[in-house]
Amino acid sequence: MKSDSMTLRRWVNRVALTLTGLCALVTVSTLFFLLGYITLNGIGAINWEFLTQLPKPVGETGGGMANAIVGTAKLLGLASLIGVPIGFFGGIYLSEYGHGRLAFWVRYASDVLNGVPSIVIGIFAYILIVLPMKGFSTLAGGFALGIMMIPIAVRTTEEFLRLIPASVREASYALGVRQWKTTVFVVIPAAARGLMTGILLDLARVAGETAPLLFTALNNRIWSHGWTEPTSSLPVMIYTYAISPYEDWHRQAWAAALVLMLLVLVVNGGARILLPRRRETA
Amino acid sequence: MSTPSEPVMPPRITPPAEEPRVEGAALAVEKLNAWFGSNHVVKDISISFPKHHVTALIGPSGCGKSTFIRCLNRMHEVVPGARVSGSVLLEGDNIYAEGVDPVRIRRRIGMVFQKPNPFPTMSIYDNVAAGLRLNGTNRVSVLDAAVEEGLHLAALWDEVKDKLRAPGTSLSGGQQQRLCIARALAVKPEILLMDEPCSALDPIATGKIEELIYQLRERYTVGIVTHNMQQAARVSSFTGFLLMGELVEFGATGKIFTNPKDSRTEAYITGRFG
Amino acid sequence: MQRHFDEELKQLRDRLLAMGGASEQIVGKAVKALVERNLALAQEVLREDTAINQMEVEIEDLCLNLMARYQPEAKDLRTVAMIFKIVNDLERVGDQAVNIAERTVDLLKEPLLKPLIDIPRMAALAQQMLKDALDAFVNHNTEMARDVCRRDEQVDHLNDQIYKELLVFMTQDPKTIIRAMDLILVGRHLERVADHATNIAEDVYYLVKGTTIKHRLAGN
Repeated sequence: MKSDSMTLRRWVNRVALTLTGLCALVTVSTLFFLLGYITLNGIGAINWEFLTQLPKPVGETGGGMANAIVGTAKLLGLASLIGVPIGFFGGIYLSEYGHGRLAFWVRYASDVLNGVPSIVIGIFAYILIVLPMKGFSTLAGGFALGIMMIPIAVRTTEEFLRLIPASVREASYALGVRQWKTTVFVVIPAAARGLMTGILLDLARVAGETAPLLFTALNNRIWSHGWTEPTSSLPVMIYTYAISPYEDWHRQAWAAALVLMLLVLVVNGGARILLPRRRETA
Repeated sequence: MSTPSEPVMPPRITPPAEEPRVEGAALAVEKLNAWFGSNHVVKDISISFPKHHVTALIGPSGCGKSTFIRCLNRMHEVVPGARVSGSVLLEGDNIYAEGVDPVRIRRRIGMVFQKPNPFPTMSIYDNVAAGLRLNGTNRVSVLDAAVEEGLHLAALWDEVKDKLRAPGTSLSGGQQQRLCIARALAVKPEILLMDEPCSALDPIATGKIEELIYQLRERYTVGIVTHNMQQAARVSSFTGFLLMGELVEFGATGKIFTNPKDSRTEAYITGRFG
Repeated sequence: MQRHFDEELKQLRDRLLAMGGASEQIVGKAVKALVERNLALAQEVLREDTAINQMEVEIEDLCLNLMARYQPEAKDLRTVAMIFKIVNDLERVGDQAVNIAERTVDLLKEPLLKPLIDIPRMAALAQQMLKDALDAFVNHNTEMARDVCRRDEQVDHLNDQIYKELLVFMTQDPKTIIRAMDLILVGRHLERVADHATNIAEDVYYLVKGTTIKHRLAGN
């Protein structure tokens, strides 16, 4: 009897262990398959020309996506300028100060915003910026992406600040340190690594957004000057090239995908290496 | 043999003086009540903490002793929904009077918590200097002196003097707790409150902290909450016993532990509680 | 590790030694009053015993306090427990001195029965035992403690001798009975002092070694 139940338990253990292992394997292998497949297809088309040249006119082979790479960088820069401060301070408010009704509504609104389809946000930016300014622009695209960043920035900031134990805040209060100083000099530094990671993940997420850009930044086959002209961006270029009938464009779409992916990976990995690790209390 | 001419009656013996000498109260609590929401956790407690003595508060878990001690430097109100009534006189001034800034009170009444909580991103030096720095002191010479003094007072200097730049969290649990004591002392409080400062430590580290607490009474008034009554017995001159939010008995520690007046105190300290 | 308990233990020890000194002294005074037929000195003894009683109460209280507050272990525990016992013996020594002084007050009402020879010798022996027992306590000297225990027999022997000698006086002349009885009692009180010294020495041995030599348990 006893040995029977032991055998059963051993079997259940083995099955459960195998299943969890399998799931872990699927997760990791999907990622590597994706990376591998994109690399395999994209690596051939990546060369100096691709990174530095403008697209060739339709029908000619060769050319590059330099304008899309710069466009994406500009869009993300502008988006961060809008999304990060709002999200960051909103998150600080929720974690450090928000206890009442207002906090509830802020949290609720940010959750709803997070659930709004990205195309709707595109339309929102279109109505708010493109129509009054009578033209597609980097500004409109950056604005749309910035709006998309807010809810995630709010939530990650709040979550990572909440990870800092109350005892650390109390230690500071007990020294007669004011709350804002505690937040700025004790809590935020302690959470810095997590906060940066959260923001970068946020950035990586919007970097691949296509739909809101179709209504706002549109596309451009040449350089976009300043902030008020339509601009090309990697996701939109991938979309445009991938659905085109030209073999050469398909190859370039793969290359663009690879560049976009590497961008995200480098930003993410670099941040992880550079940021100081938070020391765990023994 | 003859009977002695006059019976020899020695004079009456006076009982030994048990009360430790007291020179006034550093902190006088009058009719203090505290709530969490509708939960009444501290009920009408009046007690005074004699200057330059260690006063211990003992009682079973949930008796309100931690809440009570947190009311003494206005840390109770940090928790949402917390409420206090009554008065706490610090050198005669009510810290709950209208217009009193709790932040200033906390600079005068320091606190050490149950679990060692050094600031996670700061070095040993920065931890001790934090209180001064965050309150606007930036002169290096002042900070250096304060850090060294704090670490000396916390009996930690010799162990860390060669690695002041090492992270505070790299120390052992007992050392971390002494670091927290050094940090609290560096802002030069008048009173030091301790909320179960040894409950997360092993016996050797506990012994060191207890020795430290005993020595601190020479410069500070110390209030300590503990569920370890032996600890209260070892370190304090006065002991109060709390039960269900009420102060059952208060007196000289020697008296409480040899001859308590209240039967509930006796039951608790002899382990016959409940 | 430094412990403030050690400080308090030292204070307790110092107070015990002060009480020990007072007990030695009071026995000496009582015997001196008897030998020198000094009424004033005998009355002084009666007064001084109060101080010893007071010390007993205080030290007992201190012991209880230390036990309650520090829960001493091992040698610390034996030290506090033995001090608690030694204090009792010392207080009894004081009482014996009082008894001797009371006999002296009586004896002084009548002329000297005979020159005192054995009683001063016995007193010297008992006092030395008491002193040595306390020295053994201070120095944790078990050899000295054993030696004190051995010397108890000499005192017993002298006591017997005094008793027999005075018995002769009493059977020969009934008028001497009261004085002889008083002297016999003095002998007995001194013998008790030596007994208390022996008790203290035994306690010291136990304190140091953790084993007892009482009741010949050490096989000596």
